[in-house]
Formats: sequence, structure tokens, C-alpha cells
Amino acid sequence: MNYDYEPVIGLEVHVQLATKSKLFCACSTEFGAEPNKNTCPVCLGWPGSLPVLNEQALKFAIKVGLALSCEVSQRLKFDRKNYFYPDLPKAYQISQYDMPVNKGGFLLIDVKTSEGGIQERRIGITRAHLEEDAGKLLHEGIKDGSLVDYNRGGMPLLEIVSEPDLRSPEEAYAYLVSLKAILQYLEVSDCNMEEGSLRCDANVSVRKKGETQFGTKAEIKNMNSFKAVQKATQYEIERQINVLENHERVIQETRLWNETKGQTFSMRSKEEAHDYRYFPEPDLVPFTISRETVEAIRQTLPELPVAREKRFMKDYGLSQYDAFVLVQEKNLGDYYEDCLKEKGNPKLVSNWIQSELLALLNEHKVSIENSPVKPRDLAGLVRLIENNTVSGKIAKDVLPAMFETGQSAEAIVKAKGLEQVTDTKEIEAIAERVIQANPKVADDFRAGKKQALGFLVGQLMKESKGKANPQLANQILEQKLK
Amino acid sequence: MSDNLHQLTVKKAIEFASKQGAEPILKAITERVKILNLQINAFLRFDPEKSFPLSPVSRPLPLSGVPISIKDNICIQGVETTCASKILVGHVPPYDATVIEKLKHAGAVIFGQCNMDEFAFGSSTESSAFGIVRNPWDLERVPGGSSGGSAAAVAADMTVAALGSDTGGSIRQPAAFCGVVGLKPTYGRVSRYGLIAFGSSFDQIGPITKTVEDSAILLNVLAGHDHRDSTSANAPVPDYTKALNRGVRGLRIGLPSEYFVSGLDSEVEQSVREAARIFKNLGAEIVEGISLPHTPYAVAVYYIVAVAEASSNLGRFDGVEYGLRVPAKDLREMYFETRDQGFGEEAKRRILLGTFVLSAGYYDAYYLKGQKVRTLIRQDFEKAFQKVDLILGPTAPTPPFKIGEKIDDPLAMYLSDIYTIPANLAGVPAMSLPCGFTKSGLPIGLQLTAKPFDEETIFQAGHAFEQELKLFNRKPKL
Repeated sequence: MNYDYEPVIGLEVHVQLATKSKLFCACSTEFGAEPNKNTCPVCLGWPGSLPVLNEQALKFAIKVGLALSCEVSQRLKFDRKNYFYPDLPKAYQISQYDMPVNKGGFLLIDVKTSEGGIQERRIGITRAHLEEDAGKLLHEGIKDGSLVDYNRGGMPLLEIVSEPDLRSPEEAYAYLVSLKAILQYLEVSDCNMEEGSLRCDANVSVRKKGETQFGTKAEIKNMNSFKAVQKATQYEIERQINVLENHERVIQETRLWNETKGQTFSMRSKEEAHDYRYFPEPDLVPFTISRETVEAIRQTLPELPVAREKRFMKDYGLSQYDAFVLVQEKNLGDYYEDCLKEKGNPKLVSNWIQSELLALLNEHKVSIENSPVKPRDLAGLVRLIENNTVSGKIAKDVLPAMFETGQSAEAIVKAKGLEQVTDTKEIEAIAERVIQANPKVADDFRAGKKQALGFLVGQLMKESKGKANPQLANQILEQKLK
Repeated sequence: MSDNLHQLTVKKAIEFASKQGAEPILKAITERVKILNLQINAFLRFDPEKSFPLSPVSRPLPLSGVPISIKDNICIQGVETTCASKILVGHVPPYDATVIEKLKHAGAVIFGQCNMDEFAFGSSTESSAFGIVRNPWDLERVPGGSSGGSAAAVAADMTVAALGSDTGGSIRQPAAFCGVVGLKPTYGRVSRYGLIAFGSSFDQIGPITKTVEDSAILLNVLAGHDHRDSTSANAPVPDYTKALNRGVRGLRIGLPSEYFVSGLDSEVEQSVREAARIFKNLGAEIVEGISLPHTPYAVAVYYIVAVAEASSNLGRFDGVEYGLRVPAKDLREMYFETRDQGFGEEAKRRILLGTFVLSAGYYDAYYLKGQKVRTLIRQDFEKAFQKVDLILGPTAPTPPFKIGEKIDDPLAMYLSDIYTIPANLAGVPAMSLPCGFTKSGLPIGLQLTAKPFDEETIFQAGHAFEQELKLFNRKPKL
């Protein structure tokens, strides 16, 4: 990358709100139903039908707005965005144009620094507004036309628009991670990108460092994962820098990310852009959102990831990095705290989750909430380590066994006879045997070669099949060699 | 009695049906429709077979056995509903409009679907894709519009009562032209659910009847909050028939000076002024020269805001889901061809106009400004109603005009709604009722306008006036 340039990125995230019914009708929002099953005259836009706002969707939207420190609008107003497309049955989308339910907030993101630390950045939120989703066109395997599935039509979406505050693809990625974490904490969306309940478009421009004006932006669409957003914005930044370096001009346009090719391609230019002819939706009368309603929703806000991260650091003595990792996924943070409720040592539990448990979960593609090792059991294992019943090394073998069998650490340790040997007499006996078997090394140590002790401890541990308490082994060997 | 069953009012039909059943009435009007519709073309569809057999009129429901005809832009489950447009030929709604549901629950018989201007765009019912409607009083003249079919059917005793819809006068102006009673209720009084939208912030469904009393009886059934229509009002519904006999003593009735200006036909003016004298004789206080200063802007504002909404509302007729689809080489062409062949000239004119006023760069100058003037017009009424209880004026500036007279002159056509449009802009209730006839025997209507949700005062005054002249006894010679 050319370091004379600074990328400027803004993200538009569409989140499907996890209401039971659609935004303006009573149809179910279930995913994966047979095509056009969840439809009615309203979401099919049949002549004469009228929309009625789903209050739960509004509550969810306000909840997100409050969590993002937005100003919640005093008046709720919807607008029509007019355009023709077969997936849009009314030929307009009910959205919010000039009076979004939420505006002017911010999101704190944790960006990993090159030194392996964490840096906090504050990203402005321009607005977060309610709108209905469109249906889905199906082209595959259909000769001579397309089919349309309106199940998704009318699903409640919250479009969250960031300020152009992001300065790198990594920050864009971190923004999405933080946003997703908040949405999950709020329990307002499944945030499942595969099912389309979270979608992201990116506005990307570049400018010379030190410039105060923004460069011409391109809007990038069709990115299907957070990593794709990172890759696509990276590609687009480099493409725009190349354009500028060749003394050409960046064109304002919409570009599509092609994941397979790893490139963006022009879809339409600004000149071809739609005139959406927004105007106030006359079928939904504007109404006042009472401050009491907003305050009542504020009372329902859970602890959010950033606060939790700080609390983990303060109360449990975790490093910012560890705390950051644990809080990003609500269920992981919950799992961690459940372990602590079972009297697990906070730091040890954090280490064991992050170094061992997550690896096992990843390997078996199991989510934390479905972990066969329950918080009580992980806490149990950590306790066994803490009270020297097993060594850390042995514990690393115990955990996979727990994972496979779902049994407690105690049960596995007992069944396999893995208790740590803390009986000094037993260790002394092994120590004697080790010294006798390695007279030269013992002499080296006596002669002042301190590293020689490590070898002897290793031998002792091997002899004890790893069960000897390493500290005791160390102490006893040292005494015996005096 | 049985010789003129077709002449029954709603009130009388209820009485008759409760004793002798509804079939004789249905037979009578069916026979009449079969003969007269060939000339008048008030009905697009009526299927006598479907109206029978009736469930016996056993339970005394509010409208048991009363045939009501429906303007063709109100959805009836399982029955083709077209808005008199080619683009909706074959369109069968899968659900009943709320008003249809209410009529059915009240025991009414849904009797045929009435012709109209295409998508309610017009003031003469000449823009129907399925032929013009003729005025029963003079077959060479228009019945008004857009609910011309509904009004003509009631006037010609081809039905007992009908529903119309009123966006800028589409109930009242044809009622005036056909010598019947047409009520546009307060915006929000009657659910719009199932009314195929023209101008969503203007549209109201209302009754077209032979008498003011019938209008009150029907509004009792039609009015009320509907959870499916966010714009319907959650205001209590009084028994409107109780207002009928209150008399007009003490009522303050205002005549706006802006309504009696050039362009108003002298016979119409005379008739309306005579009506004011009658009200005075009946004990009302006539307040001359009240002012609705923004009246001159009403038509212009209406043709900005209403067509803006219409252009958006009609986007859905795109050949994808329902109605006409003209096959073409690609999606774009399919849209073009379908909409080009499906919509008539006036619909296209309004879609273009509406699209234009909402376009980037023009929105502020037209739509936004239009909305501001709309607020001023609403305030005109608020101020006027501080001084008076009712506003009296002509419904239309002229008696019914000749077929073909204005169809090629949209501006002249638009001006025939000059007195009816303000009520839609302000959302207030207004009724047209007969107040006389021209020398050549054409009906003249007066308009009574009241405060929002004060239909009672309209019924009160309208009934008193009607009982005085009993113009409902005069029938067109058919």
C-alpha cells in the first residue's frame, strides 16, 4: 500500500431485527420457510392493503439507538423510497428518509495495534433507521425468467450508517465485530450473515495524507462476511490509489465485490443512480415517541461489551486483550462469568478458555453455548489445577477427555488415576532413582551447572507419568543434590 | 308498494326485508339494472346469481337484506376488482375491504360493482376503461366522477345505496350531478383498508344514498377505528341517526365569500342562495361572508400532492404480481409495455405529474410547498369553524356538463372539483345533497362542510333541509 494516502471508510449495516412478525404485517419472520409461505396482502403489496407498524421493531430500533448513544427522534415518521424492481411488490420501500428514529451516536471499537495491544477508537454513527426488507429473486435453474420469493419482503431492518470515520480495512472489520457484539448483547438480532440477518455495504475513498477534503467515494456492495468487507475495502483502497497515481479520477459509482476474483467491479455510476422520489409515507401517520417510552427502553439496556470489558479488567484483573476477547461474543462472556460463579480462578479460567477450550470448540465447530464442557466443569478443572490435584500439563489432557465424554474433571482424573503426586516420600523415591540413573548430570549440577537440574526434573516428571507436582519435584531434587 | 320496490330507501328496504325478505327488492333492482345498465353503464359487474341465495333475514341486523353497490376500487374477496382499468383486468382480491366486511356483517347484500373514472382519476366517469356512464337525468350528460357509476345507479334506482370513494370530490360531485346524497366522512372516520389507493392522505370511502337519513344509517355501519388502517381514527362513533331530527335552530351556517365568485353558474348560485334562505327560515343563523382565503390555491395544491401520492401508489401495477402483464424481451420492456397498454391517458398524465413533483430538484418547489399550503387551507377551516358550525356552498360550479365537453381539457375538468377539493385537503367531512334543479331539469347540489368528526351536524342540517324540500321524490324519467 502506498503510505502517502489515507483511506476513508464509512459502513452501512442492515440488521434484521429479531421480531416475531414483519415490520408492517403479522407474517412470521422465520427463516427458511417454503417460498412465499410467510406472505399476506400487506407484505405482497396487494392493492388496497395498508401497513401497520410493529411496535416491537420500533422498541428494538430505539434500544440499538440508545446503546449507540444516539439521539432518539421525538417524532416517528416514515417515508416512501420509490423504485421499480420485482422483489419490491409495492414499487416503493417504506423507509425513513429525513427523520431517522436514531441519529448522531457513536461506537467504540477496539483496534489491535501492531504491538499486539488494543487501541480504542470512537466511530461516529450518523443514523440508524427502520425500513422494510425486499423479497428475493431466484434465477438459478430457471429458464426464461426468474422467480420471486416474498418471504423476506417486509422483514424489519435497521440500517445503521457510520460516519466516514474508519481509516483502514482493519478498523472496518473491528467496527463490524463491535457492532455485532452490541446487537447480540441487546438481543435484537441474530446477526447471522449467512442467513442475511446482517448485511454490510461500504463507502470507500482515499485522499492524500493531510488532506481535509474527502476524495470521491465508491459504494461497495455484495460482501458476505466481515472478512470480505476487510478484503473488499483493502482491494478498493488499492484500486483507487492506483487510479490516482495514474493521474486519473476516481468515479463516483456503485461497485460489486466479487469474492472469487477478489476484485470489485463497476455496477452503476452516479449518473445512472436512482432518483428515489422520497416523500412522507401517507399510510403511516407520524406520531410522537414519548420520553417515558424511551426511558423505559433505556432501563432494559443490558451491560454492553465495552462496559463489560472494563469490568472484567477491573474486577478480575484481566488484561485488556483477554477481556476484549471474552466480551466480544456475549455467550462467551456469559460462559466465562458462569465459570467464575462456580468459583473458578478468574485469570486461570480466562487462560483456559482462551488457550484450550476455544481451540477445542473451533476444532469441533461447536459454539460456546453448546460446549460439552459446562462452566461448572471447566471451573472444576481449574480448581484441580489450583489445589495441585493435577498439573497444568495433565489438565491439558483432561480437558479433551471432558470435551469428548461430557464428564467432570474430577471423574476423569479419578478414573484415570491422574491425581498429582504430592506425597513427598513417593517423589523422594523417584528422585533417588533419577539421580542414580544420571550420575553425570547430578555431578554437573553439584559442580554449579544450574541448568542440569531442569533435565533431572524432566526425568522425574517422565518417571511419574507427569503426575508429580513440578514444584515439589524441583525442591526435592535440589535438596537431595546438596 | 311492490311496483316500485326499486325506489326503496335503505330505511324502507330494512323495513321491507324484515317482513318479506330481501328477494323481492333484489328482483326489482336486478330487472331494472338489466334494462337500464345498457344505457347508463353504471355497473361494471353485477351477478344476480351471486347476490342470491340470501341467508334468510332472520337475525335483525342493521342492514339485513339491503342491497348496496360498491365502487370498483373497493376490494371484495373473490370478486374481480379493477378500478375501471385495463391494468387490473382479472384481478381478484384475496380479501374483503374493511367496509365490505362491515357491510356483510351488518347483513347487507353486496350488489354489483360500479363504474368509475379509471383509478378514480376524473370528474366525469369518462376515463373508465370500460365505457362512459350516462347521467340518468340527461343521457347526453356526464354523471360526474369519479364515483359516477355509484351515483348514477342510486339516482336511477338501480340500487338502494352505493359506496363511493372521495379523494377530491369523487363522492360529492357525482352526487350533485345525479341529484342524490353523497357524504365524504372526516379523513380517518372510515377505514381505507381495501380501498385501492389514489391519494392516500385524501381518500375516504363514503355512502351515496337517496336520502340523508340513509347516509346516517350507512355511516353507522361504516365508521370506526380499524387496527389495519393506521390512519383510521380511534374516536367514538355516535349513533348518527339520532342527529337527524335535531333541527337547525341555533345552528350557525357560514357562506364563504370565496365560493361565490366568477365561474359559478348563475342557476347553481341562485339555488344555493335559496337553500341558505330555507335554512334561515328553519331557524339557522346564516353568516354571510366568512372567509376561506386560501381557496384559490386548493386545486393547484391538490394536483401536486394527490398526484404525488398517486404516482407512488400506482407503481405496484407493474405486471409482476397481478393484473395485466404484457410479455416483452426483458424486465424493463415488460414494465414499459404493461404500464403503457394498461393505463389510460388520465392515469398516465397523473403518474407523470406526480413523478415530476417528487423528483430531485423539484420536491421542495412543488410537493413541500404544496404541503405547506395544505396546512394553510386546513387552518382556514379551523378559523372559520370558530365562527360557524357548518359551511354552506355549492358542490360543483356547474350543473352536469355534456359528455365530451371537458375530456380534452384537463384544466377545465379539474376545476369542476374546485368546491369539493378543500374538504379533502383539510380532512373535514362534507356532504352534497340536492337543493334544486335547473330550468332544463338538471340536478343541483349544495355542500355542507363541518368540523372534523362532526358528521352529526351535517346530518342534522341536511335532514332538516331535505324534509323541507323533499326533492328525493323527484325521479329521472327513464
